[in-house]
Formats: sequence, structure tokens, C-alpha cells
Amino acid sequence: MDKHRGSRLSELFGSLGSFFRKCMFCILSMGPIPKHFAFIMDGNRRYAKKEKLEEGAGHRAGFSVLMSMLKYCYELGVTYVTIYAFSIENFKRKPDEVQNLMDLILEKIEGLLKEESLVNKYGIRVYFIGNLKLLSKPVRVAAEKVMKATTNNTKCVLLICIAYTSCDEIVQAVHESCKNKLEEIQPCNSHRSFSGRVEEVDGKSIDDDIGHSVQELFGVQTNELRATRASTFCNDVAEGVERTDKKSGVVGHGVHGSCDKWGEVQSLEASGTRDGVIPNVKSEKLLVDLSILKVVDIESHMYMSVAPNPDIVIRSSGETRLSNFLLWQTSNCLLYSPNALWPDMRLWHLVWAVLDFQRNYSYFEKKKKQF
Amino acid sequence: MDLKDEVQRVRFWIKQIGNFWLRLVWHSVHLLVRFWYLGVGVANVIESYLISSGLLKRYRSIDVGKLRYLAIVIESDDACRISKVIQLLQWLQAIGVKHLCLYDTEGVLKKSKESILAKLKNATLFEEADERDSLLDQKHMTLEFASISDGKEAVAKGGNVLFMKYLKMANSGAEQKEQIFTEANMTEALRAAGFGGPEPDLLLVYGPARCHLGFPAWRIRYTEIVHMGPLKSVRYGSLVKAIYKFTTVQQKYGKFLFRVWQSGKNMWTSDPLKKTKTRVDDFLLMIWQLWNVY
Repeated sequence: MDKHRGSRLSELFGSLGSFFRKCMFCILSMGPIPKHFAFIMDGNRRYAKKEKLEEGAGHRAGFSVLMSMLKYCYELGVTYVTIYAFSIENFKRKPDEVQNLMDLILEKIEGLLKEESLVNKYGIRVYFIGNLKLLSKPVRVAAEKVMKATTNNTKCVLLICIAYTSCDEIVQAVHESCKNKLEEIQPCNSHRSFSGRVEEVDGKSIDDDIGHSVQELFGVQTNELRATRASTFCNDVAEGVERTDKKSGVVGHGVHGSCDKWGEVQSLEASGTRDGVIPNVKSEKLLVDLSILKVVDIESHMYMSVAPNPDIVIRSSGETRLSNFLLWQTSNCLLYSPNALWPDMRLWHLVWAVLDFQRNYSYFEKKKKQF
Repeated sequence: MDLKDEVQRVRFWIKQIGNFWLRLVWHSVHLLVRFWYLGVGVANVIESYLISSGLLKRYRSIDVGKLRYLAIVIESDDACRISKVIQLLQWLQAIGVKHLCLYDTEGVLKKSKESILAKLKNATLFEEADERDSLLDQKHMTLEFASISDGKEAVAKGGNVLFMKYLKMANSGAEQKEQIFTEANMTEALRAAGFGGPEPDLLLVYGPARCHLGFPAWRIRYTEIVHMGPLKSVRYGSLVKAIYKFTTVQQKYGKFLFRVWQSGKNMWTSDPLKKTKTRVDDFLLMIWQLWNVY
């Protein structure tokens, strides 16, 4: 009987709470609502210590808070939520702690696939962000499965940063864009290998007739290939000039300079089909000057390029560092660090963050337009 | 037909009135928030006045040695108040900060580099100062000026340096060409491209909101980011407090470990009651004691 009454009471409080929350969100949505929230869930271990819980219980408490935070966010109308679940640095912790955390993560990832989970209730698309290669196989497989299963969800997006650090993200993005660029100028690449071989032949048998004929044969081919590369370069030159044109207004100079260089290369190509080494060196210089990689290239290869930049980053437990999280994306983003440990985070922390965001909304909008 | 129209009209008005009330509540909530921040601001002013007058003893001595590199981010619209910036720098010099980086998005400070350096005694540019200088002259201050172009564009330039290496390796047919993309190599490449500044320990933001405004991402991995309010209300006291807080967080940690070690020695012998307590309790007790000391 008592038990029954207790459950009914808690039900009543629950529905009262959700009614209250709805009213609050109604009021909040009179102002601008952030599109993208990011959370650094700090203080789980300290919470366990504070509450004298066993190791790992802090993280479990943290997870249930995360779930309610996600619910609040999506009720409020936030489209993107990013969470920092596991940093690459965390791999340096004690092995059994890492193992426990990974088990918890695996369990929760698998839980996402269940019918009644939050993901299905709100129609959330899940992305796992980070260097997934570093994860153990079961976790990676589970993550990929969830990503695949939620591809058709369009309402909201949840980005889970796992085995992630911002610096690693930048390096990986540079890596990917370098790979892409290399593929773009592949003809040049094959030509290089040709000319490399020619050099070798040249060095070994400089007076050999056969050697010369080989060189000539390849020379013709390299010329053709060079022409294809020329066109790629031209495109890059044009792009580069356009950019300088917009930024500093030295159009004439830029065009002139690149034309000069281009002329130089061409004349060298014309004169030096036989000694294919010199043009190579020259064109390398040209490459440096032109700066083949651009910010846009790198940005498009970021893991986080699937979502717009975050509007608020919330780091719990009063820490004021970003700890290698979304450093690139937070140029115009409010950083909020409440003193509560992550498992102590409540609705009002979130509400306060939104109020803070609304206070500074016009300032950030102005900043975003500038850059 | 008439009834339907009437119902629709009533609905419309109810919605309008509801919206009106919600908007009113929203505005009053924001008014309260504004009052709250006003109160916080007043408290800060009083506190910083007390600090600068020397009434609060603990702020009198700061161990600036812990702060190896300081970064200051200033909102570009405010950065044109050069006199305020110079005032700030003079205070920092008085506190004893040796190396700092001044950042604003648009590069306003970069442009007025010369006039700032001219107004400060014993200040050189970071790029020009070599190690010999800083070792010889303790009063010397090195300044670095940065803007948004030192952030993402710098990474692109560093990326190009790596790309050249990559291309070379691809040409020579090296198998390990993918392995050059490491964080260490990236740092090296950034240095080669001329963006090899150190990572600041503390970053003070002078602007309307707490945000690093595009400070070079590569350099703020573990930097403490502290919001100081707008530049026009820059105060010596709040500056001292921020730096003091940073140094004591570091210090507290060190002292804390020392206490743990000390009390660990006699924890089990001196007080029999303590035996029953868990270690966690002792930790908390010590934190509480430390809190009281400060």
C-alpha cells in the first residue's frame, strides 16, 4: 500500500516537474535558442569520491545526468549536441579504469540501439567523432553500427567525441586534405616517378645510346604529363590570386607575380626537357608560394564538419580549460563553466547557460558575420 | 459559419495574449539576470578596490614565476583604446609578468605595435628577443602580437610545409609517408612557417563574453581561460586576483600533495579515531583545512 502511494506521489511530482519545465522552455524560447550545445563532462571521479561511492559509480551517475541533459536540450529545440566522452589523453589513465570506462561506453552504445532508447524517441542521428581506429574492435564495431542505424534520423543530431582531441583532429584533417591534394595532382606524381627513373638511367649510363633514347622517350611523356599538371596549377594560381584580390586588393601585383613565375617555369620546361630535375625544383618553390592547402580544405576534412560550430560549450566542475576539445570550432562560442560536478548538473545550469547565451546573442552574431 | 469565425478570432486573441505574457515574463527574467550581473559587478569593484589598496593581505605577494606565459585577448572594438591597453601592460609589468601575447581578432593591436612598444620601458618583441636577453635582464618583458591570421591560416601554412614533405616522400616512393602527420611534426611545421609561439598558461579575455575569439587553436590545449569583463572597466585589483587565483590553484595542488604526504606519515599513529575513517574523508578534511588557510 505504502509502496503504491509512493510511486503515485513520485509520478505526480514527475508530471509536475515536466509541466514546470515546459513552461520554462516556453518562456526561454521567446528569445534565440542555441543550435548547438557542447558538453565537457568533468568531475565524475570527484563526485564518486565526494559521495564515497565505488570507482565507476561516478561515471554511471554521470551517464544518467547526461541522458536528462540530452532530453532537456532536445525539448528546448536544440538541434545539435556534442559530448566529450573520451579523450585520447584518457588512454593514459590506469589500464583497468580505461577498461571499465570502455565497458561502460560499449554497454551504453549498445543501449542506444534499443527500441525504447532516447535515440528512437527523439529521432536522433548519432555520429561518433574522433580517431575511431584507436578504439578496441567491439567498441568500434558498435559505434559504426549505431551510426549506420541512425542515418535516416533527421530531427536532431548527437555527436559523441570518443578517442578525440582537437589537435589530433587538426592533424588528421591536414593529413586527409594532403592526401586529397596529392590525388588531384596525381599526373604530376606519375610524371615524377618517370623522371626519377630517367635520372637513374641518366646517372648510370650517361654515354650510353640506349640510355639517351630511353630518356628521350620518357621526356616526351613527361612533357605531356607536365601539361596536365600545368592546368591544375593554373587553377590553383587563379584561386590564389582571387583570394589575395579579395583580402588585400593587390590584384595586379598578384597576377603579375604568378604570371612571372609561370613564365619562368614554362621557359624552363621548354629549355630543360632533358634535365628534368631543374623544373621540378622550381615548381616546388612555386608550390610553397602558392600555398596549395587552404583553410577551407582543412576545415572540410575536420571530423566536426558534419555540424555547425557550437554556440555554447559547458564544462562542469568549474574548470576553465578546454582540455583539447573543439579548439578550432569555438572561435565565436560562449564558454560556460558552472561549479557543479557533472553528476550534480541540473536543469537550472542549462537554463542559466541559455540565458547567458541570449544576453550575448547579438554580440556573437556580429562576430560571426565579421569572420 | 459565424460561430466558426468567432471561435477562430477568439483563438487568435488567446494566442496573442499568451505570447504577450510570455514575452513579458522573458523580459523580466532577463531583467533579473541583468540585476544579478550588476550585483556581481559591484562586488567585483569593491573587491578589486580592496585588493589594490592592499587591505587584503593574501594578494600582496604573488608568485609570478608559475605564470610562464600569459595571453590577453581583447575585443577588437575596444582594442583601439590604446591608452587602456598600455595601462594594462604597465600593471602587468609591475606585477612581474615576463612574457605575454596580445591578441585581438582584427589585428588592431598588431598595427599599433610600434606605439605600444614605444610607451613601455624594457619591452621587446617576442620574435626579436633571444634567450640571452631574457636571462640577463630580469625586468625585461617580451611581447607577442597576434590576430586571427595566426590561427587557422597559420595551420594551413603549417599544413603546406607538411604537404611539401609528403610530396617529396611520395616522389621518392617512401612507404612511411603517411607517418609524417603527427602532432610533433605539425608543431615543427608551424614553427618553420613562423608560428611557433608557446602555449600560454593563462588567457585573460577582455570583452563582453567569455570566448577566446579565435586565439590560435594549436596553442590553447590546456590554457586556463578567464573572463575579465570589458576593457573600459579594466582594474588593477581584478588583474591581481586573476593571476593570484591561477598561481594558487597550481600552488594549492603542490601544497596539498605535501600535506597528504606529511599527514599520511602520522595519520595512523596519532589519532586512533581517525583509523575508522576512510582515506577519502581525510582528503576532504585536508581540502577543508587548506580552504581555511587561504
